[in-house]
This record gives sequence, C-alpha cells and structure tokens, in this order.
Amino acid sequence: MTDLNTLKYSEEHEWVALDGTTATIGITDFAADALGDIVFVELPEVGAEFRRGDVFGEAESTKSVSELYAPVTGTVVEINDAVVDDPALLNSSPFGDAWLIKVEVADGALDGLLDRDAYVAHTEA
Amino acid sequence: MTEPRYTPLRARHEALGASFTDFGGWQMPVRYTSDLAEHHAVRQAAGVFDISHMAEFTVRGGAAAEYLDYALAGRLSAMSIGKAKYSLLLSEDGGIIDDVIVYRLQADDFLIISNAGNRDAVREALTARVGEVEGDVAVADVSDDYALIAVQGPKAAEIVASIEGIDDVSVPWDEQKYYAWASAVYRGKPLLLARTGYTGEDGFELLVDAADAADLWDAALAAGTEHGLVPAGLAARDTLRLEAGMPLYGNELSRETVPAQAGLGRVVVSDKERFVGKAALADGATGTGTQAGRTLIGLSAEGRRAGRAGYPVVLEDGTVVGEITSGALSPTLGHPIAMAYVNPSHAEEGADLFLDVRGTKIPATRTALPFYRRKK
Repeated sequence: MTDLNTLKYSEEHEWVALDGTTATIGITDFAADALGDIVFVELPEVGAEFRRGDVFGEAESTKSVSELYAPVTGTVVEINDAVVDDPALLNSSPFGDAWLIKVEVADGALDGLLDRDAYVAHTEA
Repeated sequence: MTEPRYTPLRARHEALGASFTDFGGWQMPVRYTSDLAEHHAVRQAAGVFDISHMAEFTVRGGAAAEYLDYALAGRLSAMSIGKAKYSLLLSEDGGIIDDVIVYRLQADDFLIISNAGNRDAVREALTARVGEVEGDVAVADVSDDYALIAVQGPKAAEIVASIEGIDDVSVPWDEQKYYAWASAVYRGKPLLLARTGYTGEDGFELLVDAADAADLWDAALAAGTEHGLVPAGLAARDTLRLEAGMPLYGNELSRETVPAQAGLGRVVVSDKERFVGKAALADGATGTGTQAGRTLIGLSAEGRRAGRAGYPVVLEDGTVVGEITSGALSPTLGHPIAMAYVNPSHAEEGADLFLDVRGTKIPATRTALPFYRRKK
C-alpha cells in the first residue's frame, strides 16, 4: 500500500509520486468514487509533452466523462496499459495498480502541489 | 434556492453508504457501492430502489374516467379495474408535460404516478382541467402521504411474495399480471402492489404509507438478500432504463416534443372526441425548439467510448443531423448505446451516422428499441 503522505496532489484530484526525475501520475480515490464505475480511459502516447494544467486524457464512467489534467509539466515516458485494458482498476486500486502515466519532469515540478493534509481539506471543503 | 428534499428512507440510504445526487430537487441515492454491480444485480437477480420522490395523484368521482380521457392522451375509460396504463399529459400545443402511469383502482377511482420534477406542472394541469368536463371529479396531490419502493429483476416476484408483513393480497401471486396491480396490507395499512417498472425487467412498485416505508425497505432487503437482491441507485436505474429503451422526461421528453417524435404516437388515442392537445396534433404539430421536425432513434456503436446527452449526431463529412438525448456504455451489452433525435431523412435503417464524441467521429448503427429485451 502506497503511503499517501508521500504523494503530492492537485486540486483536480490527480496524485504524483516523484522518483528522481520520473513522476508517476494517477487519480485519487476521491475522484474515482465521484466518477462511479470507470469503464473507459484514454491516455496520451509516450513522447507526448504536457504543461501543468493541460488535459492529458479522459476517464469515463457509466454516468459521466472527466478530463484528466496534468499536475506537472513534462514528457510522457510510459503509460499504464493495464488500466486501459481494465479501467475498473481505477476504482479498486487508484493509488496502486491504476497509476496512469509516468512523466519525465524538471526540478521543481511539484512546487505548488498539495500535501496529503491540504488535499484532504480541499476535498472536504 | 429551495431546500433539498429527502425521502423517508434517507437514514437507510446513509447507513448503506449511498452517494447522493440532486434529482428534481430531491437528494436521491445515486449508488450504494457500484453502478455496474447494481445494474447487473437487477438483470440477474433483483434490485430494490427508493422511488419515493415520484409524485402521486388521486382522481376520483363519477366523471373520473371521462375526465381522464379528456385530460390525458389515452383512453383511460377503457381500462379495466386492476390494470395500469402508460399515458401522456399533453399541453394544448401537443407538447409533453409529463409521462405518467395511471392505475384504475375502482370504477371511479384512479391513481396517477408522475415524475418528481413535474409534480407542480402535473398538479396544475390536472387541476385546471377539472373544470373543463361535466360531472363529479376531484384531483388530489397525495405525494407526501406515500413512499414508493421498487423491487425489480427476474427474482422480484419471488422476493416480494416472501416479504414479511405483507398480508391480504387481493390477487394470487401467480396470477398477478404485468401492468396490473393488487391491493394488500402492510402493518395494517393499505399497500398497492403494482407490477410495473422502469428497468426492462419483471418487477413491482410498492406504494406504502410514508410512515412505514423504512420498515418495508428493511423487510424487502431481508427477504431478498438470499436471492441476490441489492439496493440500487439512480445511476443503475438510468442505464437499465436506457437499455430498455424507455424515454426519460428531460432527456427524450419535453414540452417541445410531441408524442410521435418520441416514438409514442401509439399512446395518443386520436379518435377521442376531444382531449387536450388534439387540435395541435391533428394539425401535424412537430414540436418546437431543437426537437422540431426530429424523430427519436436508437443507435449502437462499437468500442467503449459512449456518446452522451447533448453530443451531436453527424454525417461522415461532419454535418450535424441530430443530438443524443441519453447515452452510455451498456453494462449488459458491452457496447455504447444512445437514444438521439435526428432529422427524419437520416432516421432510416442503414443510414451512415456517427456520434461526435468530443471531436472524434464514432460510427453508429440505427438500432430498434429496446436495446435489451428480457427473456420471457
């Protein structure tokens, strides 16, 4: 189980785990619960470049569509095919198996993101 | 901003961990655990739904049947006691004020169940029309007196028959027909067992005194759990009704839509001497606004990306020929389905239509409604 306190969060409900210069990005359990059962995920190609705040993909549930906003600026180096094949992973394991993309980032990429306490406070606001 | 309303089952939903959503001013459970699990439970076993937000009206008096023939699109006077009938409340210009189910309780005593969001409009229209017929008719809004609990699914009949506390059932369980009702008693008070529903499955809608709703909910769960019954929310209800090809007020039906556009021409008995909307429909009313001159069709697509309400239906060159009113990835069928209004010239079988899913054109095939039909 990922220690949720080691992650950074965006107000748009993405999480980021940084290892060296590689950021792993997913959506939070709060986002997954709000969407309901997720049945389709669209992710970018490896090599795609994003700035923080850009739309990098979509998650669709039975009821609604949600755009995925890049929480960091960088270049996609890996996408999680497992979650494309089985979007329900986003509901069952949003912080684990259902990471979405890995992005190569520059120093300071996490500046301005929320820590766990601030994110939880944001979702309860 | 009016205060959100809750049904008498609020505490039950909260205890079950439901997520709530606003629906017609009501805070209703959208799901308890998983939309898909609840949907599949209704197709394979059964689900129990709180539909207490829906509105109920009684129409009573010696002229009640003749009044309903005038006030609604159908010929309710021809309905036998014990039956239920789907009907439409039309405006003078032929637009749909609401779709309703009418139950004939006695010769001069009818019950109408309407959509929650249209309660005021239905009450106003029904009340205004009382003075336009001769004879004795009284319309009463009894929505606040009753709660409505639906048990839907192939196991529904077995489950409802075994609910503890239901007594004095007027029709033997194995003789209760679809689109009919039986009277019963629950905790000493009248209970209406209506074999109707909105999911495409067999099922019952139980109209009970609001004060006893929570007990009946518990009893239904207790009777059904061993049969696979689960509490089911609005999200499952919507995908179930879409698969069943049933129009939803606010999506497929509106004041701007006339019945024939929505595929409901058969609901209008146009040879009645008079009824509200007759003149407009006889003049070939086509509705107004964006629905004008359009017809409702079913569309199926491949893959997993669903078209959603409001998305355009287009031709290969991008020409917009219609708009989706409801769409989802069908949990039962495994592919996207949608209902859409399109220009009649593009409504025929084999038309090359595409769903414009946020800029991506997805080929779609005209499909007869319903998308899903239960095995008899």
